[in-house]
Amino acid sequence: MNSTIHTNKMKNFSNTIQILIALLISISTMAQQTPAPEQNETISIVGGTAHIGNGEVIEDAVIVFDNGKITYVGTDKTQAKGKQISAENNHIYPGFIAPNATLGLVEIDAVKATDDEDELGKMLPHVRSIIAYNTESKIVESMRPNGVLMGQIAPRGGRISGTSSIVHFDAWNWEDAIIKEDDGIHLNWPSSFKRSGSWYDAERPFEQNKKYDSEVENLITYFQNAKVYNSDEKDLEFEAMQGLFEGSKSLFVHVDGEKEIQDVISFKKQMNFDQLTIVGAYQSHKLAKLLKSENISVLIQRVHSTPTFEDDDYDLPYKLPKILHDAGVLVALEGSGSMERMNSRNLPFYAGTAAAFGLDKEIALQMITLNTAKILGVDNQIGSLEVGKDATLFISEGDALDMKTNKLIQAFIQGRNISLETHQTELYQRYSDKYDD
Amino acid sequence: MKHNVLILLFFIGFLASSQDYFPDSQAVKTKSENFVALHSATIHVSSKKTIEYATILFKNGKIIDVGKSVKLPENTIKIDAKGKHIYPSFIEVYSDFGIKKIESAPRQSQPQYDPNRKGYYWNDHVRPDQNAISHFEFDDSEAEKLRKSGFGVVNTHITDGFVRGTSALFALNESENVNENLLSKHSAQYFAFDKSKQSRQAYPSSIMGFTALLRQFYLDTEAYQNGLIDNKDLAIEAFIGNKNLPQIFNVDNYLNALRADKIGDQFGVQYTIIGSGDEYKRVQEIKDTKAKFILPLDFPEAFDVENPHLRDYLSLSEMRHWHHAPANPKILADNDITFAFTSKGLESPDELLKNLRKSIDLGLDKNLALAALTEVPAEIIGKSDQLGTLEKGKIANFFISSKALFEDDFKIYENWVQGERHIFEDIDVIDISGQYNLTFEGETYELNIKNEAEKYSAEVKQDTLKLGSKLTYEKGWLNLILTETDKDSDKYVLLTSKIDTSNKAISGKAILPNGDETKFTATIATNKESEDKDEDKDEEKEDESDAKLLNVRYPNMAYGLKDKTKESHRLLIKNATVITGESEGTLENTDVLVIDGKIEKIDRNLNDRRAEVIEGEGKYLTAGIVDEHSHIAASSVNEGGHNSSAEVTMEDAVNPDDISIYRALAGGVTSVQLLHGSANPIGGQSAILKLKWGEDAEDMIYDNSPKFIKFALGENVKQSNWGGNSRFPQSRMGVEQVFIDYFTRAKEYEHKKNSGETYRKDEEMETLLEIINGERFISCHSYVQSEINMLMKVAEQFGFTVNTFTHILEGYKVADKMKAHGAGASTFSDWWAYKYEVNDAIPFNAAIMHNQGITVAINSDDGEMIRRLNQEAAKTIKYGDVSEDEAWKFVTLNPAKLLHIEDRVGSIKVGKDADLVLWNVHPLSVYAKPEKTMIEGQIYFDLEKDLAMRESIKEERNFLINKMMKAKNKGLKTQPIKKKEKEFLHCDSLDELNHTHE
Repeated sequence: MNSTIHTNKMKNFSNTIQILIALLISISTMAQQTPAPEQNETISIVGGTAHIGNGEVIEDAVIVFDNGKITYVGTDKTQAKGKQISAENNHIYPGFIAPNATLGLVEIDAVKATDDEDELGKMLPHVRSIIAYNTESKIVESMRPNGVLMGQIAPRGGRISGTSSIVHFDAWNWEDAIIKEDDGIHLNWPSSFKRSGSWYDAERPFEQNKKYDSEVENLITYFQNAKVYNSDEKDLEFEAMQGLFEGSKSLFVHVDGEKEIQDVISFKKQMNFDQLTIVGAYQSHKLAKLLKSENISVLIQRVHSTPTFEDDDYDLPYKLPKILHDAGVLVALEGSGSMERMNSRNLPFYAGTAAAFGLDKEIALQMITLNTAKILGVDNQIGSLEVGKDATLFISEGDALDMKTNKLIQAFIQGRNISLETHQTELYQRYSDKYDD
Repeated sequence: MKHNVLILLFFIGFLASSQDYFPDSQAVKTKSENFVALHSATIHVSSKKTIEYATILFKNGKIIDVGKSVKLPENTIKIDAKGKHIYPSFIEVYSDFGIKKIESAPRQSQPQYDPNRKGYYWNDHVRPDQNAISHFEFDDSEAEKLRKSGFGVVNTHITDGFVRGTSALFALNESENVNENLLSKHSAQYFAFDKSKQSRQAYPSSIMGFTALLRQFYLDTEAYQNGLIDNKDLAIEAFIGNKNLPQIFNVDNYLNALRADKIGDQFGVQYTIIGSGDEYKRVQEIKDTKAKFILPLDFPEAFDVENPHLRDYLSLSEMRHWHHAPANPKILADNDITFAFTSKGLESPDELLKNLRKSIDLGLDKNLALAALTEVPAEIIGKSDQLGTLEKGKIANFFISSKALFEDDFKIYENWVQGERHIFEDIDVIDISGQYNLTFEGETYELNIKNEAEKYSAEVKQDTLKLGSKLTYEKGWLNLILTETDKDSDKYVLLTSKIDTSNKAISGKAILPNGDETKFTATIATNKESEDKDEDKDEEKEDESDAKLLNVRYPNMAYGLKDKTKESHRLLIKNATVITGESEGTLENTDVLVIDGKIEKIDRNLNDRRAEVIEGEGKYLTAGIVDEHSHIAASSVNEGGHNSSAEVTMEDAVNPDDISIYRALAGGVTSVQLLHGSANPIGGQSAILKLKWGEDAEDMIYDNSPKFIKFALGENVKQSNWGGNSRFPQSRMGVEQVFIDYFTRAKEYEHKKNSGETYRKDEEMETLLEIINGERFISCHSYVQSEINMLMKVAEQFGFTVNTFTHILEGYKVADKMKAHGAGASTFSDWWAYKYEVNDAIPFNAAIMHNQGITVAINSDDGEMIRRLNQEAAKTIKYGDVSEDEAWKFVTLNPAKLLHIEDRVGSIKVGKDADLVLWNVHPLSVYAKPEKTMIEGQIYFDLEKDLAMRESIKEERNFLINKMMKAKNKGLKTQPIKKKEKEFLHCDSLDELNHTHE
């Protein structure tokens, strides 16, 4: 047989060397879990392909950052100063942002004692995720080797789940972790259809939710009351809602159905909100143009999902980001759902899969970086490799949206050279050593 | 004629007391020896024989003769049934008629593992000892309903439990003594895949638990008969007693029909199956059961599709079922499947004929339909000698109707049961419809009497004033109640007349509001018929064009295939980059020739004139992905009713109609191991499947499939996360003892088996023995190193090897020991943190185990992840630097090895099955997607065909939605008419009588 045999030996060899170097650097500089010290010298990353996060790509790039902020992005080698890191043949990315995440709120799904994501009650705008955010979560640190360096930590449950905050994943305590405190309120829009039965049932047909209209009615009344709230008589809930009307907080409406999304659009008009983000938004593809014209942005449900309806295109969850993007909607990717915390590290691969189903790779990247920052209202600070923004970025051996090549060499959060070690890499090391001996 | 009726009413009194050994202190006992004859009728002797102008003669409830020229003895009461039809009355074979309410066992806080009953079988849901008679009380009002719907006999049983015991056959005559209408005390034995509500015993909790329990029950019955069971078992004894009765199995979907029949085949029993109306979905397999079916006619109603948002929640499978269900009998008939009908599932038995009419309109033969209500059910319950036709010597069970069955305005006048007459409507009503001039008290009114299917109504007007009126016309008496002309009056005029001539001139008595009586007359003006009728006919014709049947698809849902049997052919994939998964590695620009489902040649520049060519240039060809751990295509996953369920098999639970199959194909998966769940330490046997979308369950299961069983350790089996605390084990310590205990018992069982003595065959022990003897392989759900180590030690103690540890997230901690033992590993790429025992799970696990020389697979255990296992394999390159070639084997050759199917699948090698996937880019890239997925050379997923199917799904959805809209609009059309009627007159009660003006 006439054949050509592929060998990856050379490539693997060089990969291994790079990994070893990376390991040596990180092991020698800091122990796992310990936050990195402040940036104390100018750092320049020279060479490599910089994926800016806004759709642009700069080959053979120079990126300089100082005091935690990016001071230069371009191709002028003379701009390089301070400590120089060569990123030749590698790729540089802004840190990925996981919106609508529950990282640090639950450690082990099945152990109730570790669960701090869901408070009792229906209307809980005053409940704040940030104070429960565990910076030392083993799951949070496991995000970093995949390039997921920041997240919006949101509570779950109820009609209004509570208030989220945006954090980065390298901090001694929650205060240190804050990028933006109390950035948004999360509202679970009622569903006009509900699945009947229990999770263990083989078949769970949809049933109409007869209370839908009254649930929506109650919700609107609640918002109207919050809007006219007079602080003479203190009300914790309404107090927490004020940011929505003043513009200091964003509203995240978790909603999936077409009818419900339509109702959210009416609600937005009724409440005079300039901007609003819908989260999940499974059937948003049916309303893409309307969402664009109504200035509604979308945090699209986990790309790695099965279609909700039997008749749906098998790839609908994969191509949803493209459909909305093509209609001009501001779209970012989120990953809530089953095992959402540990799965948050797969955020880049959600983007990769969206690209596999037609989305431009740099646009896909934008959906986990700059678009996310825009939707979260922090694009002046994070989301892209642009001058003046946080030096929260990383160098990957290859395409970071592809699991095969998403191999981080070095990562920085606000200029701090963070460890890429985790509980998991430590166990890997320990047992690899055991068998090597 | 009327005289005859009166005489007969008198005569019935005699018939009722024909049981002469019963003392009767109420009256003088006189036994009638008179005959009764109905003559001049169209008599449908059977579904095949109809005689016009015929006579039926009977006496004492038995048919003496039937025919054109029947000789009538002198003492014969003759009834003229000219123009009427006489049919053998219907037989209901699935019913709980007259069965007293069964009390439910109280709920318990913890699952119950032992039976409540003592002296019976070890499982409470097996109740062959139940019999209908002991729970019976004749239900007069239900009997009346059934008679009105044409039924003459009903076979009733306790519809509770799995093996439900025996039915009793009753004629639908009220009787002070049960034995008068009781035709058979033990007429049949019933089964259903259903637990008894009289017990909370946990086992069985799944379909494969039911099938296993039934098999074991047959085996135990055999053992009992052979004296191998010492204790007395009243259930088994009853079952032995019921052996020669008809065996009738009630199921709720066609899959369960096939499952029941399979067990029957194993034990030499042919069940009659009470179907669920979806048999058309796999008619060939249904035919192959050779079973008779009893079909329900509870067709689904059209869905309310007027709300556009609701439509999305309606699947094409539901819509198709709505569309096809009325055609089910016709489709079965076309395939020569014998069936009866039942009113099971209908709100009232009188809906039966109405619904059956839909099937007739779709082409079901009328005679077959009649047979399905008479002869076939008689045959099913072994009573063809007495019931089902109107032949000499049979029981005189028949009804008299206005028209032939299924014709417009068909209605039943009388139903004779055991020769006893039940009259619902007068057989000979004088038609009084027409336009009359009504006169009384010097006033004249327009009276319009309408006759719609012999339902009479009236409209009374004086000039423009419309009077409230209510007309009744029964037993020859016309009663007409009228409001006064004075609008505000709440007083009424009552007109009453006896109609005994058809000269269309009515006269009688009028009772005025003040109580005065006077005379009224009504003389005919016109004999006009209802004008609307012709219009109705047109509409019906229009509807017939809608009756166009869509082809049944396999499965009958979105993405289902038009034709499930394809011819095997030759395929040539040209110029692809072929990732062989073998030592040849990756071959550029290579062709693969497939003949008869096998890989024939792998080389450059291959040619085959007869082969269909697939251009692979720029694309990657790989072996199909094999998923070692999957639960898609399953009707049920866990049989958790016992801590060991080795006797159950997932092969009994395969659901070929799961959309996940198609979606997995779209992800390049061609083979899966359908594993039992992890609810108990010893789970159930696996089904190893090829995802041949469109085929039936049996065809998906591998031929000569390697035998596997699921074991499980840790949190799930000790029920850590859902609060159960009454089942052993509750700790990892206990888990070990469960295994040692069961294997020890299996060894003892083997000892007995090999000793030459007769022994009680035990399916659970047989399965465990297969494990010990290396004939069945374990795939063990496992997480932490201690338990992994433990199971290997237990296995070594009993002399076998643990084939696969699945999940095995701490495998990396004991990889050296696993290697030494010879176990393989099937793990997740990166799952962790979902429970305490996966706290030390690391994504480098696969790499470490692989480096230690273990055969490693990456599995899904998930309907989502199975769609992109290629990505999961690629993660091992990120986590642990596994080479591309080895990473790819993690989802192909290695799981094939673990499943002992590597001689057939897992790589591209000459002689192996052509289970192939053509990818757009290298499959380990996140940007990869399958363009074609083939199994044995058949293309089961094709990206282009998928796009075309999306279009046809859209079209079909539209077609069916429109059809439903029409169905509803028909309702809407009748709505205004109804409303109109309400405006004119609403005559349910006198209270609602009121004046209206036009």
